[in-house]
Amino acid sequence: MKEYLKIERDQEWRDQLRKKIKNKERTTQERVSMTSLDPMERIKYQDREVNLGLNMEQAQREASRCMDCVNPTCIEGCPVSINIPKFIKNIERGEVLEAAKTLKETSALPAVCGRVCPQEKQCEAQCFYTLKLKKEPVAIGYLERFAADFEQQSGAVSVPETAPKKQVKVAAIGSGPASLSFAGDMIKLGYDVTVFEALHEVGGVLKYGIPEFRLPNHVVDVELESLAKMGVKFERNFIVGRTASFDDLKAEGYQAFFVASGAGLPRFMNIPGENYNGILSSNEYLTRVNLMNAAKEEFDTPVLKGQNVAVIGGGNTAMDSVRTAKRLGAERAMIIYRRSREEMPARVEEVLHAEEEGIEFLNLNNPVEYFADENGRVSKMRVQRMELGEPDASGRRRPVVVEGSEYDIPVDVVVVAIGVSPNPLVPSELPELKVSRWGTIEVDPETMQSSKPELFAGGDIVRGGATVILAMGDGRKAAAGMHKYLSQKNETAAN
Amino acid sequence: MYQIVQKEQFSENVVKLVVHAPRIARSRKPGHFIILRIDEKGERIPLTIAEANIEAGTITLVVQNVGVSSKRLCAMNVGDQILDLVGPLGKATHISEVGTVLACGGGVGIAPLLPIVEGFKKAGNRVVTVLAARTKELIILEKEIRQWSDEVIIMTDDGSYGTKGLVTQGAEEIIKREKVDECVTIGPAVMMKFVALLTQKYEIPTQASLNAIMVDGTGMCGACRASVGGQTKFTCIDGPEFNAHQIDFDELILRLGGYKAEEKQAWERANS
Ligand SMILES: Cc1cc2nc3c(=O)[nH]c(=O)nc-3n(C[C@H](O)[C@H](O)[C@H](O)COP(=O)(O)OP(=O)(O)OC[C@H]3O[C@@H](n4cnc5c(N)ncnc54)[C@H](O)[C@@H]3O)c2cc1C
Ligand SMILES: Cc1cc2nc3c(=O)[nH]c(=O)nc-3n(C[C@H](O)[C@H](O)[C@H](O)COP(=O)(O)OP(=O)(O)OC[C@H]3O[C@@H](n4cnc5c(N)ncnc54)[C@H](O)[C@@H]3O)c2cc1C
Ligand code: SF4
Ligand code: SF4
Ligand code: FES
Repeated sequence: MKEYLKIERDQEWRDQLRKKIKNKERTTQERVSMTSLDPMERIKYQDREVNLGLNMEQAQREASRCMDCVNPTCIEGCPVSINIPKFIKNIERGEVLEAAKTLKETSALPAVCGRVCPQEKQCEAQCFYTLKLKKEPVAIGYLERFAADFEQQSGAVSVPETAPKKQVKVAAIGSGPASLSFAGDMIKLGYDVTVFEALHEVGGVLKYGIPEFRLPNHVVDVELESLAKMGVKFERNFIVGRTASFDDLKAEGYQAFFVASGAGLPRFMNIPGENYNGILSSNEYLTRVNLMNAAKEEFDTPVLKGQNVAVIGGGNTAMDSVRTAKRLGAERAMIIYRRSREEMPARVEEVLHAEEEGIEFLNLNNPVEYFADENGRVSKMRVQRMELGEPDASGRRRPVVVEGSEYDIPVDVVVVAIGVSPNPLVPSELPELKVSRWGTIEVDPETMQSSKPELFAGGDIVRGGATVILAMGDGRKAAAGMHKYLSQKNETAAN
Repeated sequence: MYQIVQKEQFSENVVKLVVHAPRIARSRKPGHFIILRIDEKGERIPLTIAEANIEAGTITLVVQNVGVSSKRLCAMNVGDQILDLVGPLGKATHISEVGTVLACGGGVGIAPLLPIVEGFKKAGNRVVTVLAARTKELIILEKEIRQWSDEVIIMTDDGSYGTKGLVTQGAEEIIKREKVDECVTIGPAVMMKFVALLTQKYEIPTQASLNAIMVDGTGMCGACRASVGGQTKFTCIDGPEFNAHQIDFDELILRLGGYKAEEKQAWERANS
């Protein structure tokens, strides 16, 4: 890895580029700011992307801030070790398609990650600017999105070459980011890959969860089409373990499986009144709007449009839900979070965008009970104030109840976004499979192989609710692990 | 795409559709259901698999027209294609040899009752079935149910067929007459509530199959949650059948009305 980075960095063109501008000059430039739609305008649309992307000039100027460090610490912050200076320097010299190619060396979905990675905690947190200069980091995420979008819009999306077909069938279960990156790598290796998806649409959380104002569907569709062109087959409306069992699929010739069934099981708080009408999980709320198009009149699926909507939680899911509520016309759209803003797990940019859109933040508040009208529809919630105590195991300060601080808030829709548990469908069909106390599938962290040798797993079903980029990283590791396993197995069989 | 290969009109508002879905036909068991979406704009609606034919690769659905989506489905014809159809979903009914089984079905609940009655009979039980509906036309699948029941009692609210009265009257008669070892009930929530109260009085273990509102059917959304024994359960993966004596039917009835206003609007839009 170190070697490779050095060889790349020593290339003539990079050397020249470094010499062109003095570092002093590079570091005195301001970080680019992303142009976005006006908040009061954008809340009228569920499907207009908030961030508009950089233009060529902005991108090249921002790229010139990067010093092409000898020791690019930024790479250590990226879970899939994208060669960050290489792609950024390609933008600086105007070779944007080369930049996109660099991204694709390690990441299957750069247009997605550039939009949804928590950069401020990953690559950008480890940038020299952040670590040593105490300045704003190079906008790695914006640049990544720029290069990926440029490629998509150029129509020159390269379909990677694939090895000769092996006639070895493998299956990926679920169609979220983990499966998509797995499928991409396996098809390149020449395997016959089928992706099975339980829902009627492919993409996992990228389609049913993350709203279009943050990740437009067409961005995901381009990647799906490119996989299909390479020969990946997609079977929708197919629940592995139910529609057909693992044994059925083995009998049909599938030699190995990659389980990436996600963390789809929503958690509730189990407090009084939580089953009243109008109280739903963020998964239900977002699925109705994103997958079923419930906000559009010509579609049959309904969604509850509230005037006073409370969303419980402080993660990305909570931000997506509360901003969706605003777009559906809520007068008051509130976040109810039991810790303070500092501890919020959501991406910083989403919190900022939410604030711009007029979302109210009731931090250090926690619901304790719901009340309903005579039809069983929620009408108010009782919350209790919290304060921060000592740090807990996660290092975050623990919320402690302020005694006697209860008060009521009128609400007509409540969205519970306090996290998800691993999807139990696959483990419940395979009682011999080793799972943890939390229901996640246990795997070897290097090969992603489970206790059943022909079964590999990755993404949220292994990690619990995590991130897109980690899921993708798992997909790549599993592809490598499965390739090794199948090569050995089929070799032994041939001898 | 899933093609409709056969259609039969049971009554003005109830139709039987036989749909080509070979994988599901092979894997389904009594108690399982599917979720389908008619077209791009359609809702995902859950329907029980009433029968399956492995050789022909078909499953049978019995659909009652109650709202926008079911109306559109009922209007489809042989040769038409259903866009999406996924299953089998839910836990299969626990069927074993217990002795005498009392099966109580109401309205369109008779359709999902059929495979269960068949299962219990094949497992070697004596099966007595009570079918109930508002009026004669709504008693469906009588012939098929008779094939797998030792005795069938019919009750109608208006007395237009069988005996005039409610399902619980028919059921209580049997319970008083002979020893019943287990009861299953499927139908409108109110009906199941009263069957549950009755069998609780006589301490007969009872399973009820809930028709909660659903979206995905895979445990992902929680729309289908119900309180059973004081705990929240997801009907699509933990059910649809639960111990009837522990179900909070009043909550279920309220939750079934959760989208009434929206459904009414959709109905008006569709009929304007
Ligand atoms: C609203 C929301 C916002 C988020 N925002 C961000 C963000 O900004 N940045 C970020 O990095 N992460 C974000 N995340 C987290 C991220 O989306 C997940 O970590 C990631 O999608 C996990 O990918 P996966 O491939 O493991 O599974 P998923 O994307 O969960 O996909 C799993 C798929 O498997 C299918 N499936 C399950 N069981 C079966 C079966 N038996 N047979 C067939 N199919 C099956 C499911 O239907 C599903 O489509 C967000 C999550 C949510 C819900
Ligand atoms: C596991 C399961 C199995 C089912 N099996 C069958 C079946 O075999 N045959 C069949 O005809 N129906 C069955 N149902 C019910 C069926 O799914 C609903 O009737 C259908 O979704 C209604 O859709 P709609 O758009 O036509 O009506 P909507 O416009 O959604 O509703 C119209 C009216 O029906 C009521 N309603 C809505 N959903 C339901 C429901 N799930 N159950 C009862 N009333 C409801 C509403 O309160 C409203 O008054 C089943 C439901 C479940 C959960
Ligand atoms: S994939 Fe994510 S972490 Fe890695 S460089 Fe891109 S934005 Fe940063
Ligand atoms: S650490 Fe920052 S400045 Fe250095 S190479 Fe990485 S992005 Fe460029
Ligand atoms: S229907 Fe979504 S969890 Fe049951």
